[in-house]
Amino acid sequence: MSETGRSIQRAHSPAVSAAKARRWGSLYYAEHWLRVLAKYGWSVFLYSVAQPVAYLLAMGVGLASLVDANGSAAFGGVGYLAFVAPALVVSAAVMTASGEFSYPVMDGFKWRRVYYGPHASPLAPEQIATGHILACGLRILLQSLAYFAIVVMFGAAPGPWGWLTAVVGTVSGLAFGLPLMAYAASLTKDSGQFALVQRFIVVPLFLFSGTFFPLDSLPLAVRWIGWISPVWHGTELGRVFSYGMEESPLLTLAHVVFLIVATVAGWILTRRRFVVRMGA
Amino acid sequence: MLGKRNGSETLLPENAWRLFHAFQGSTSVLKVHNEAIRSASTSARFPMNSSAVISAENLTKTYGDLVAVNAISFEVTAGESFGLLGPNGAGKSTTMKMIGGVTQRTSGRLSILGLDPESNGPEVRAHLGVVPQQDNLDEELKVRDNLLVYGRYFGLPMSYLRPKADELLAFAQLTDKATSRVDALSGGMKRRLTIARSLINEPRILLLDEPTTGLDPQARHTLWDRLFRLKEQGVTLILTTHYMDEAEQLCDRLIVVDKGRIMAEGTPASLIRQYSTREVLELRFGSERNSSIASHLEGIGERLEVLPDRVLVYSYDGEESLEQVSARGLRPLTSLVRRSTLEDVFLRLTGRSLVD
Repeated sequence: MSETGRSIQRAHSPAVSAAKARRWGSLYYAEHWLRVLAKYGWSVFLYSVAQPVAYLLAMGVGLASLVDANGSAAFGGVGYLAFVAPALVVSAAVMTASGEFSYPVMDGFKWRRVYYGPHASPLAPEQIATGHILACGLRILLQSLAYFAIVVMFGAAPGPWGWLTAVVGTVSGLAFGLPLMAYAASLTKDSGQFALVQRFIVVPLFLFSGTFFPLDSLPLAVRWIGWISPVWHGTELGRVFSYGMEESPLLTLAHVVFLIVATVAGWILTRRRFVVRMGA
Repeated sequence: MLGKRNGSETLLPENAWRLFHAFQGSTSVLKVHNEAIRSASTSARFPMNSSAVISAENLTKTYGDLVAVNAISFEVTAGESFGLLGPNGAGKSTTMKMIGGVTQRTSGRLSILGLDPESNGPEVRAHLGVVPQQDNLDEELKVRDNLLVYGRYFGLPMSYLRPKADELLAFAQLTDKATSRVDALSGGMKRRLTIARSLINEPRILLLDEPTTGLDPQARHTLWDRLFRLKEQGVTLILTTHYMDEAEQLCDRLIVVDKGRIMAEGTPASLIRQYSTREVLELRFGSERNSSIASHLEGIGERLEVLPDRVLVYSYDGEESLEQVSARGLRPLTSLVRRSTLEDVFLRLTGRSLVD
């Protein structure tokens, strides 16, 4: 077929392009995003492995030996490492999400304007938003799975449903990341807002979401931070799956509902912001 | 391809036919098919020139109180090179964005190959190649990967895209840069890569928004050469520019736009014939004296234009006019006789220069 003459295939018709883009457009943009991510494959991989190893060593070998010496009653009868591991998986996912759904959105609209390339193609603005979300969601899921695998190697996930912690981590990342993405899509310039989000939202959520100690041990004045925190809801859910933490089924359901509502609301808002910003 | 067949029938029934045969059995495609048929009946209500690929009627775009595009009407035929010439802020880019289906019009009618970009955005954009005013290449990807990734937006398979990307890199004279990083390219190379990217889906209509702004003269000539080749291949070019030399080089026909309105329409030569004289005598008396001396030039040539830095004498014979100036005892610091350009047309129409 390619020996002589017409060696170069023709493009399919514009109508076919449009029909394919209408159906698969989000995936096409996700593919672009993943190709870019692949360029940073090694650093993404090292980040996904080195960070868990460092945290688990510090917590498992260092802190846990002190904590466990006082008995495990405060942590529901499990070792400190098992208690803290789901929190670490969820927190890492939320931190990655806070990076992936903030600066790159600004980059897409303003700095290098990468969203405007696909905008001129058959893709629609909401597909560009969803493609970005799908690709970053996949990245967070892979990272969480890697994290969980390392948790298993440290012997910190006793239950059979522990792997669900990686899924919970991913959803927690989206529950935090998508409302942030909607906000990022509404910003026309970055005058330090993302740095403020990191310092005054992400870090407090990490510290006050029952990550290193049960939320109940905090005074009410700060305990509410946990209740509105995707990190707390994700962490508690992760503990239920990872080692069967005792919890009222109603509260478990509340965690699931909270995470899903925040994710879906963030997704809808983001799509809307993209359409408004690119379609005017 | 659609645009080239200009029989007596409009383009859409054929489009619909192609869709139908390409996609029998696919439900999402039947929807598109129906939309195409609906658009076909719309175009029947607004009969247009059978070979027009773009047709705009009273096209208007307002942003709050600002009227960016004010009831402009024009048609572009298949294979034509059509220009929008005007200064910054004239409404050229807004018009291009409406044609490209990324900005919705406020009122008026717009049809691209019989499709309304408002309701059939993806279908319209699938027909187009777009070269935006600001480069938006992905600088994190290599040169060739930018083409591949862009082709995927059209759902094109890699078996098509790989050889096509190489062919386009050769066309854009970037073959030896295929594996370079985009940020290592010069401004002219980036523009050529953007043009190559816009051709990945083999569009029959190419939209170019200020294609050579910011490039050095040599890079501009290289780019014009490439665009001219596309024109020879029958690609319909629609370009905006505020450079009159670019409009003269590339456009078969153009509209002169200012403040959202069409000031004039025609071929470059006809516009010059209609709004200017064959030659122009440029005289400089020094910035202090230009306007005071102008009164002494009355009666020379057809018309005078006094600019801060020079006086323009519009004349059918520039040399003769220069002799008349000398005969009146006036001694300009410099004098120059040149042919009229679209710049003179614009000056005549608006009283302002294109670039300032």
